[in-house]
Amino acid sequence: MMVRNVDIAVLGAGPAGMAAALAAAQGGAITVLIERENHLGGILKQCVHDGFGLLRFGEKLSGPEYAGRFVHMVREAGLPVLTSTFVAEAHRNSEENILMLVDRSGVTELHAKVVVLATGCRERSARQVMIQGTRPAGVMTAGAAQYYVNVLGYLPTTRCVILGSGDIGLIMARRLTLEGAEVLGVFEAKSTPSGLSRNIAQCLDDFGIPLHLSRTVTRIFGDDHVEAVETAAVDEKMRPVVGTEERLCCDGVILSVGLIPENEVGEALGVPMDPVTKGPVMDQNGETQVPGVFVCGNAGHVNDLVDYVTESGERAGAAAAAFVAGRHKGRLLPVMVDSTVLLYAVPQFVDMDSPESHAVVYFRSREELGTTLVQVAARGEMVARHRYQHLRPPEMERLEIDLSLIPADATSLDIGTESIVAAEVKS
Amino acid sequence: MRELTCIVCPNGCSLQVNQDVDPWHITGNLCPRGIEFARKELTNPTRTVCSTARTSFAAARRLPVRTRGEVPLASVRSVMSEISCLVVDREVQTGDTLIENVAGTGVAVVATADLADLIEGEDRNGRSICSGD
Repeated sequence: MMVRNVDIAVLGAGPAGMAAALAAAQGGAITVLIERENHLGGILKQCVHDGFGLLRFGEKLSGPEYAGRFVHMVREAGLPVLTSTFVAEAHRNSEENILMLVDRSGVTELHAKVVVLATGCRERSARQVMIQGTRPAGVMTAGAAQYYVNVLGYLPTTRCVILGSGDIGLIMARRLTLEGAEVLGVFEAKSTPSGLSRNIAQCLDDFGIPLHLSRTVTRIFGDDHVEAVETAAVDEKMRPVVGTEERLCCDGVILSVGLIPENEVGEALGVPMDPVTKGPVMDQNGETQVPGVFVCGNAGHVNDLVDYVTESGERAGAAAAAFVAGRHKGRLLPVMVDSTVLLYAVPQFVDMDSPESHAVVYFRSREELGTTLVQVAARGEMVARHRYQHLRPPEMERLEIDLSLIPADATSLDIGTESIVAAEVKS
Repeated sequence: MRELTCIVCPNGCSLQVNQDVDPWHITGNLCPRGIEFARKELTNPTRTVCSTARTSFAAARRLPVRTRGEVPLASVRSVMSEISCLVVDREVQTGDTLIENVAGTGVAVVATADLADLIEGEDRNGRSICSGD
């Protein structure tokens, strides 16, 4: 069996992986970009709608256009790319990562000083939202429906309901409607939508598609193929309310019920995971708790903007190259969130000796909040603050912390709203 | 008072428009684009239409396309039916015009991917890891 050595192996050639590989190569490391498909671009290839790249390029691009710009950069940089190549197994010895790669020529053992995980995320499936019973055709995730319509050119349903109000579900409500299918409604068990408000406006309201909040699909009828669904209102504990059931005839159930970071390779390499984000515990440069394993993009935590995915890829790639050149992380400060207000914040740790003067922290709120002042405190001193007009769980927010403002004896960074910081100052 | 959600950027500002005064009083926007959006939305709403077009190539059955600019919201359906009649039979590149003036809107429909890439994939450029650098 062939054995090869590289400095950095980037796994996944979506927006995170392409940005990471470009930054790693620019940092002087021998880098290889590994992709299991025959195309670069990841999920962006099937995201034909626009809205990508406003922060990055100041333009509203479609997914393929955004990906295309990075594909051209990868080609121009002459970056070694291994497509149709699958990581079948991964483990570590004392100093490096060992990946068993399978491609059309066979199996190769790749030794990499650093692995950058850019493996993206997966959609939660019907089984994961407790839809049990028979498996009639016609139940599929929004991403699968998107692949059928946009890549294969098939219309997988003529009359459907959408369960869950995630962004891909909203985008597919519009897409299926435009292609001639009838979308009866979007059903969301929670009392607030999961997708961005602009997608509710431009994907549902534009086409008169109803959004039913606090209502879910309780049963799917049909043996070989979906024939109907039963929907029902749910109470605050998400239990169906008896007497509110309604039967709708349809041939499709499209699921948009959440995304989960994909970390099979990371787990094989022994990377500790955060149970809330379902991604690796990391610092602001994407370095995990296993030296020589970095993460970026949706494998780290699910983002709602590709622009932020690219940003995280660039940081991880540059830091991975610095690691190869001999840089080791410094003192790590844990980032603590007020979990009554915020769902999570990433990174989980800030490397105080990072070469970048600022650390970028992303966070989501637990519930919808009005105008809110979010503050970061260290040893009771405020080191960053930003006023947000509103905070909503579907909208990830971004905050920059100037590392030079953090007191040398700080033991943690505490993120909360004004009252929390005030309480700390007093104590 | 009209309530709108701005769709210009991911912020998705909730806009309140008071049409009883002249000029309209618009609040809730974080940037000037929100004012422009509200004015247009309540007089002549427009959208970019993104879709896919049929191709004559078996290895890439659909080509992603979009309108180069925005078209009136009321024209979206006729834009879609014109796109659905299209068959792309040459290896167009991102930005190439496929329809000059779609549904009489004066706006072009353009490709948003390189068809050659979709057809051949990346393996033609890449190498097997065994083949050496």
